[in-house]
Amino acid sequence: MPSTLPEGDPVPSDGSLPDQSFVGAGDRPFGFYVHVPFCATRCGYCDFNTYTAGELGMPGNGVVRSDDGAGSAADTWLAAALAEIDLAAAALERGPHRPISSVFVGGGTPSLIGAGPLTKVLDHLRSTFGLAPDAEVSTEANPESTDPALLDALKGAGYTRLSLGMQSAAPHVLQVLDRRHTPGRALEVVRQAQEAGFEHVNLDLIYGTPGERDEDFAHSLRSAVGAGVDHISAYSLIVEPGTRMARQVKSGQLPMPEDDVLADRYLLAEQILTEAGMSWYEVSNWSTTEAGRCRHNLGYWGGGDWWGIGPGAHSHVGGVRWWNVKHPAKYAAVLADGHSPGYAREILDDEARRVEDILLRLRLVEGLPIEMLTAAGREQAAVGVADGLLEPGALERGRAVLTLNGRLLADGLAIRLLD
Amino acid sequence: MAVTHASLAHSTFTAPELIRNFCIIAHIDHGKSTLADRMLQLTGVVDSRAMRAQYLDRMDIERERGITIKSQNVRLPWNATNADGTMTEHILHLIDTPGHVDFTYEVSRSLAACEGAVLLVDAAQGIEAQTLANLYLALENDLTIIPVLNKIDLPAAQPERYADEIAHIIGCDPDSVLRVSGKTGMGVSELLDRVVAEIPAPVGDPNAPARAMIFDSVYDIYRGVITYIRVIDGKITPRERIQMMSTKATHELLEVGVISPEPVPTKGLGVGEVGYLITGVKDVRQSKVGDTITSQAKPATESLGGYKDPNPMVYSGLFPMDGSDFPVLRDALDKLRLNDAALTYEPESSTALGFGYRCGYLGLLHLEITRDRLEREFGLDLISTAPTVVYKVTMEDGTEHVVTNPSDWPGGKIRDIQEPMVKCTIISPAEYIGAIMELCQTRRGQMGGMDYLSETRVEMRYTMPMAEIIFDFFDALKSRTRGYASLDYEEIGTEAADLVKVDILLQGEPVDAFSAIVHREAAYAYGTSMTEKLRKLIPRQQFEVPIQAAVGARVIARENIRAMRKDVLAKCYGGDITRKRKLLEKQKEGKKRMKMVGRVEVPQEAFIAALSTDAPSNKDGKK
Repeated sequence: MPSTLPEGDPVPSDGSLPDQSFVGAGDRPFGFYVHVPFCATRCGYCDFNTYTAGELGMPGNGVVRSDDGAGSAADTWLAAALAEIDLAAAALERGPHRPISSVFVGGGTPSLIGAGPLTKVLDHLRSTFGLAPDAEVSTEANPESTDPALLDALKGAGYTRLSLGMQSAAPHVLQVLDRRHTPGRALEVVRQAQEAGFEHVNLDLIYGTPGERDEDFAHSLRSAVGAGVDHISAYSLIVEPGTRMARQVKSGQLPMPEDDVLADRYLLAEQILTEAGMSWYEVSNWSTTEAGRCRHNLGYWGGGDWWGIGPGAHSHVGGVRWWNVKHPAKYAAVLADGHSPGYAREILDDEARRVEDILLRLRLVEGLPIEMLTAAGREQAAVGVADGLLEPGALERGRAVLTLNGRLLADGLAIRLLD
Repeated sequence: MAVTHASLAHSTFTAPELIRNFCIIAHIDHGKSTLADRMLQLTGVVDSRAMRAQYLDRMDIERERGITIKSQNVRLPWNATNADGTMTEHILHLIDTPGHVDFTYEVSRSLAACEGAVLLVDAAQGIEAQTLANLYLALENDLTIIPVLNKIDLPAAQPERYADEIAHIIGCDPDSVLRVSGKTGMGVSELLDRVVAEIPAPVGDPNAPARAMIFDSVYDIYRGVITYIRVIDGKITPRERIQMMSTKATHELLEVGVISPEPVPTKGLGVGEVGYLITGVKDVRQSKVGDTITSQAKPATESLGGYKDPNPMVYSGLFPMDGSDFPVLRDALDKLRLNDAALTYEPESSTALGFGYRCGYLGLLHLEITRDRLEREFGLDLISTAPTVVYKVTMEDGTEHVVTNPSDWPGGKIRDIQEPMVKCTIISPAEYIGAIMELCQTRRGQMGGMDYLSETRVEMRYTMPMAEIIFDFFDALKSRTRGYASLDYEEIGTEAADLVKVDILLQGEPVDAFSAIVHREAAYAYGTSMTEKLRKLIPRQQFEVPIQAAVGARVIARENIRAMRKDVLAKCYGGDITRKRKLLEKQKEGKKRMKMVGRVEVPQEAFIAALSTDAPSNKDGKK
């Protein structure tokens, strides 16, 4: 089950934005997120906005590639996505002209719909807005639906970065997560991507899956490092309400590890990745070099602008956040009528923007300038240093930067820094 | 049976020989209120249309808990059948007494207004400790006792067995124990005839200066204080001035009347009559239970005696959960006080719980009822601290302290500590004797004696520190006897005791709300149970939190709440930000409801759970 969307103010039917959202836009990075809402099967832990062929009421074996013929879900989606790009162009016309600094195609399973639609989306973005010369263009891919031909096509279309959902190198962990690929498959795709000329490849890992042992996770980390990627993300498994896994946990079928175990796994990640020459730049992200960091994601944490294309996609432009209707059919229908697919939006006031800025920037290795904090917040920062959660040297230089322990306790600390 | 003529019902100055004043002594839920309901119907003062269950219990709490907190009285006309078959109209005053140990003094005043008592016992349960205590009180007051078994319609009723038991206790013939059913009405008219036949008529001098005893006073928002009296000598008439003999205060008498069962104004009250008067005073403290009323014009020289000021025996702090409710609590206590002469309170501030009131009560039930009424009638959410009795502490240098709050426990060299003692009576099936003895021993009880009321039921008498009774003793007794034991106690003075104050510290900061005065030998047990309880109740913080129990500077128990190690949500991307910010704002809001002890955030639920008198050992034992 996809999770439900937050409520908010209505979005104007032409998707237009208030003047205030363009203030200072020239200084902000400008990205596009493209959401591909299809998966071959739904994993038990997943509450993302994604649908299988069966859930969409479509025949067949779950493949929704656009070359299945006219009227396939992927074709309908593509037409709507292209229409939303046009709508974005109209809505942003009043702002400064900015070439796109990053594109991130996520899902769902982008690789499932094949190279054709992924190429067309990127082409349309390029022809409408222009891509900055150094633009980062990422797509997510699943090991089981990716092959050398697809990789070559993506590379040729202008994609610069590949993000693969490896999750674990332990078969029993992949099984609990409902992942269909074998442990070696992700590593094989990494090699193929490197052969296809991708310099930047990310592997996603999940830790804390029921049944995972410390040595399983250590093995996953070492396998990922051994593949020679320049970026690794590691997330503790979050059991979202409403998922099949949530029911299994509730019934006691799957015993969830305690937070202390998750803390140990995180320390393991830090140790193994650091030993391999990588360093953290966000709580759950490590890279070999600064160039290996995901610039698109840095836009999320640094207050950048981005437009989210696709069902359920979230956008942010200058303090206005909005989110699209979730269902692909509804999304396509609204756009076919020439209206914005925005479901609701919120216009953040200064305090809400400050709160977001603090909670997001605190997660970064650069931390946040203490000028963003009130006097009480700065006192809390000093307490944070005393508790070993913030770097003492950094605070002296006027920045609140998390220590290793601080990374694990960043949420409670953020609340205190907001005093 | 219809009322033949209502003349005596509302017209007073009835000849004393036609008056019978009586009360009903019964345990909670032995059916006193239901029996009273039947009497109201049978005598015709309430018709079945206007009838509601437990008519005389006016407060919601009384009806829900099935207990009487304030006494009620009602004037009932009754055509009693004489021995020769003829009938004579009499006036019966039923004075419904409060049914709990905390209100012993009120009970004693109600009994003093009567010449006889109906001893009402559930035919399926037998006599209970409080009933026995009140029965002894009635016998001390020379009341004529009419023993009655109620609920004989129940399949579980064992009238023979319990008639024997009653006969054994009061020394009567088992056959003279009347059998009734308040529910069906069976035997009730015979009971009323017995009241007329056996209970003596009141005796008094109609020409002497007026003397009337106050047996209750209640505050009514429309009428001010309504005072219930029993006239002993002379008469009380409206429009004269009356005098309270204890304070010499005088008041104009605005109204005199009888309860039938609604108030009906009359031309006055004569010898032996029971009724109410209204003077326009606004506070029950100006119309004290036990005081004697006389006429200002022709005052009596001697009061009826037996007057006592109510003394709080148990103190506890009351704090609003939401600090901004403090003024609401103050107003609510001011209002309750109008109707509760025994309630005392003064502002108290706690570092952990903020501003509240230190309240004095007659006992635990009084405490519970007060808290219940504050929450129910005034919409307050309250935390109450552990109840404390009144200690007298003498220092080496001779200075004396009266301590009703652990925070006032004096530091320095103590020479002597006096703690209040109670004589406690427990009635229980004999099979639980061992369990009860064991419990009483752990509560520093000394056995005074034991009697078999019947082959299977015993009465056990203990002398015990009052402090041990008010801390979950009743719950412990009930759980050890599967609910069968009943308890009564009365204060019998003080005794020297070796007591200490145990403080509970979080990260080195004392939490005043958790301090307790306990016997030196129990200090360790209190310390370990409290620290353990708190370790389970207080969530992990971002730092380690030591919990200590200390006597003075000496730590006697210690627990540790390990530091939380991870709270960060791993994933935070474009679509997560709004949700994440809202969650954080919610958590920030939630923090406001936490009580801060130093840097430690303690949820209010932890305070409530730690302060509740539910013995945690019982709960653990059930698991």
